[in-house]
This record gives sequence, C-alpha cells and structure tokens, in this order.
Amino acid sequence: MIVDSYRFLPRSFRPLYEGRGPFPGEADPVWAPFAKRLAGSRIALLTSAGIYLKGSQPGFDLDAERARPEWGDPTWRVMPSSTKPDEVGVAHLHINHDDLHADPEVALPLRALDALVSEGVVGSAAANHLSVMGYQDRRLEEWRRTTAPAIVDQLRAEQADGLVLAPA
Amino acid sequence: MPVLARWIEAAGIPTVVVTMMPAVAEERRSPRVVGVEFPFGHAFGMPGDRAMQRRVLELALGVLAGASAFGSRVDLDIEWPVPLREAYRSWQPKEPSPIVKKLLEARG
Repeated sequence: MIVDSYRFLPRSFRPLYEGRGPFPGEADPVWAPFAKRLAGSRIALLTSAGIYLKGSQPGFDLDAERARPEWGDPTWRVMPSSTKPDEVGVAHLHINHDDLHADPEVALPLRALDALVSEGVVGSAAANHLSVMGYQDRRLEEWRRTTAPAIVDQLRAEQADGLVLAPA
Repeated sequence: MPVLARWIEAAGIPTVVVTMMPAVAEERRSPRVVGVEFPFGHAFGMPGDRAMQRRVLELALGVLAGASAFGSRVDLDIEWPVPLREAYRSWQPKEPSPIVKKLLEARG
C-alpha cells in the first residue's frame, strides 16, 4: 500500500511541495546507525503541532506571524513525559486544534510510548520530549542556526538513542 | 521538518519522520520515513484510538531501529475512518492562516 501524499492537501498547495527536490545544500545522504536493541534504547518524540505547557510556557508567537505572514515562530519547547492532556495548549494557525485538545496523543504519543516501555519493547522514554511549530520561514534560517543545535544538545543531555519526529 | 530530521541525524542521533506527505520527506532526503494517509495534525491517528496510535508508533520505532540504509520508507496500511470530505474539512483551521489570507487578498 502506497500512501497518497496529497490526499488531504488543498489542490492549490500541491505545487508548493511536490517535485521541489532537496532543500538547498541538503542533497547528500545523512545516516546515524541505530546500533542498540530497541529494548535497551531511550526514545524521544518531537511534534511540530505547536503544542506547549499552557501553565508554565509561553505559546508560539502567533501575533508576530499575523504581522508577518511569511514568518513562523522558530523556538522550541520541552514537553515532559508526565504531561497531562489538560496541561497542553496549542499555538498553530495552520491546523484545527479540536482533536489536539481532545487527545494530544494524536501528535505526541506519550502514553503509547509509556505502554511500550512498560511492556519491555522500548528500553525507556526520554524524560522530556520536544515541540516546535511547523510553519516556518521557507529558508529555515533560525531552525538551522539556533533551534536544531539546541535540540541536539537537549537530546544528548537526555541520552536519547533515537528521535521520532512527526510533522503536523 | 524533514530537513530538521537531517540536521539531527547529522549530529549523530538516528531519526524517523512520521508524515502524511512521505513523498515530500523523500524528496527532502529524510533518512527514514513512515507514511500515514491521515489528515494534517494527526500523525498518530484518531483521537482516543489507542490501538491505532500504537500501531503508528510501533511502525515508526521498527523503521527507526530496523532500517538498513538511508532513504528507507514504509507506509502504514490504515485507511482514515472518516469520509474524505469531512476529514478534509475538519483538519483545517477555523479561519484561514495569515499567509493564506494574504494570498487570497492578493488574488482579489
């Protein structure tokens, strides 16, 4: 079965994504072997659904995006593995929020990962997972310069052996 | 996001991208890709459907830990259990995003 990559995309958006080839300067293969057994590994999750802890973190800056529609907030948030659904806020102007509020697992499956850990399929979950807001300036300059290195530092501090990224 | 995965992978941390646009992630040269034919905002499936969410995560972890080479892609064989028109409408924001608003205004 082959997924139709454009099934849910408005037709007028398709040329923005299809057939555009690699990102500039990012054509070569990159590969980090997954050397350990999954049952002995620590896994981290990253979502781009723009979720954050509404009691303790600022949301992604939507006012600035409204003022400059080509720009998207390039910052990132940690999402502790103990996060409860009612602690989650959503700041993303390009998707509907209803299902994310109803069940944040659709974007960040903390409980599903916990279940796999308790069954011994996965060694452990990172104490902190990651959230970004996926609508970004097309050049991704701030992500490349600031956000990606900070996320790498965070994952190393967590001793994560692998990362599951899920675009919104 | 596919490019972010590349930067993290280049720093030595293995990655897998779970995406509704796997063809785009491939074009953008993500190291490992799992395709899901789900509406945007729902990479792991339907709200409240623990079995579906688990299947997506298990497949992602299998590809993360088991893929043997750069460019591996596996698609998940689950059909979205909501009629297309309804699913297409319900993932979209309640009002158009600023960029879409701007493009619509430019078009007049």
